[in-house]
Amino acid sequence: MGREQVKTALAGLAPVHLVETDYGKKGFHLDVQVAPDQVVAAAEALLREQFFIEAVTGVDWLGEQAEKAKEAAKKAADAAKKAADAAAAAGADPPAPAAPAEIPEPGPEEMEVVYDFNHYGECCRVVVRTRVPRDNPELPTISAIYPGANWHERETHDFFGIRFLGHPDLSPLLLPEDADFHPLLKDFKA
Amino acid sequence: MNHLASDQQKETFVLNMGPQHPATHGVLRVKLVLDGEYIVEADPVLGYIHRMQEKMGENRTWAQFMPNTGRLDYLSALSYNHGYACAVERAAGIEVPERAEFIRVMTVELNRISSHLLWFGAYLLDLGGFTPLLYAFDDREQILDLLESVTGSRLTYCYFRFGGVYNDIDDNFLTGVSAFVARLRSRLPMYHTLVTKNIILMKRLKDIGVVSADMCRRYGATGPVARGSGLNYDVRKNEPYSIYSRFNFDVPVYPEGDSMARYMVRMDEIEQSLRIIEQAIAGLPEGPVMAEKAPKIIKPAKGDYYQAVEAARGSFGVRLVSDGSNTAYRLKLRSPSFSNLSLFAEASQGMLVADAIAFMGSLDLVIPEIDR
Repeated sequence: MGREQVKTALAGLAPVHLVETDYGKKGFHLDVQVAPDQVVAAAEALLREQFFIEAVTGVDWLGEQAEKAKEAAKKAADAAKKAADAAAAAGADPPAPAAPAEIPEPGPEEMEVVYDFNHYGECCRVVVRTRVPRDNPELPTISAIYPGANWHERETHDFFGIRFLGHPDLSPLLLPEDADFHPLLKDFKA
Repeated sequence: MNHLASDQQKETFVLNMGPQHPATHGVLRVKLVLDGEYIVEADPVLGYIHRMQEKMGENRTWAQFMPNTGRLDYLSALSYNHGYACAVERAAGIEVPERAEFIRVMTVELNRISSHLLWFGAYLLDLGGFTPLLYAFDDREQILDLLESVTGSRLTYCYFRFGGVYNDIDDNFLTGVSAFVARLRSRLPMYHTLVTKNIILMKRLKDIGVVSADMCRRYGATGPVARGSGLNYDVRKNEPYSIYSRFNFDVPVYPEGDSMARYMVRMDEIEQSLRIIEQAIAGLPEGPVMAEKAPKIIKPAKGDYYQAVEAARGSFGVRLVSDGSNTAYRLKLRSPSFSNLSLFAEASQGMLVADAIAFMGSLDLVIPEIDR
């Protein structure tokens, strides 16, 4: 089992992005981002290479998205100001409002699902991640391939409300059985 | 009559083992569907002591979360201190002085032995033998006294800091540890003659709860459970952290996959930990125990990081996501017993209830670490 072999196995899934990370800095070797409907294929490929599952979890990027939007707004304002200054310097009439093309459409708010895999032989940590929209967080389950993912996915559903389609039982695992809240969402208020 | 008798054979009933049951070692409930004394289906029900540690991680500064790590697996708290400290040190790029690394290894290994001793005693209690617990606790007490003298606590340690440890060890501690190593070495053969070679123990553990290597892989089992199934996997060897690469020790592996194999792995691990401790005492350098340049306020660079350590029950992983502020953006705690227990449902099918107790005990569960 070589790292290259894993890379070729995963490259067939047309990952959005696949990088070899600096293990000393990050603590993992391969960082793979795939589309949500590719996670099952990724899990199958990794099981063929005899990887074992460490954990599945989520990250709510609400904060990041808000920051991105703020940055974009600031950038747009700067650009508008710059354009206005340039126009003023050229002695022309005050320009029309900043071109809307400058402002990137704020992307849909997203949550990330992160799968950690590792190998019992040669140490090779593979992180598979995918992003799902925050208002409809759904993706297929990998519990049919890695039964160990069953509880991890249930926990992720508990904490983030991410629905794993085809999962045998998404009832609360760690939270109370009647829990209707998801505590790790960034907009969760106790 | 025949008709009634055959119907009766198909009849199953549900038995709740737990949430308050001595064999579940904490508040764990296992819903058993039984056909007579045989398990048709086992469904572990978790969450009775869930505290949402991961949310607490997002609300406290990096340093403030350190005491929480000692309350996940309260039997090997120092491994959890270690995992979290290493993760934050990796993220923030903090160097740890030599002496502190040696102290960390020494104390973590002592803690590992104390955890295995407690498991040994409690496991035999599950199996109906009371006396071994008293022997194990006698030895474990020595470790607790030693660790109390340097860490200030006996169970839920919070001894490590980012960049070292908070208290230096002294000669008293070192002589105490040397004496303990000699003492436990001389007592281990007694453990084996008293317990390991006992015919009743063998009958109750051999071929009970067989877990294949493939099952370990699909469920993500690590630690003694994986090593009892023939997988030579130990984070200290496969992915050396701290200064473990400098020590000579073996990883005990047994291929049988039954409860006896897991029992033997832990007993052998005690010996290996003693070897590591001896080498750590011999090689202990002089110097500071805290990095001088360790920042008071920690702000790791943006990004996500992973750090795994070998805790007494398997691989404990910390996945942290930093947004560059003084608190974690996301802190995922990957605990070994969670994965190790998840294979119980599949592996216990068709087992006798009494054997399931022997099997569950051999998984060495600590519930607060599963529920987090």
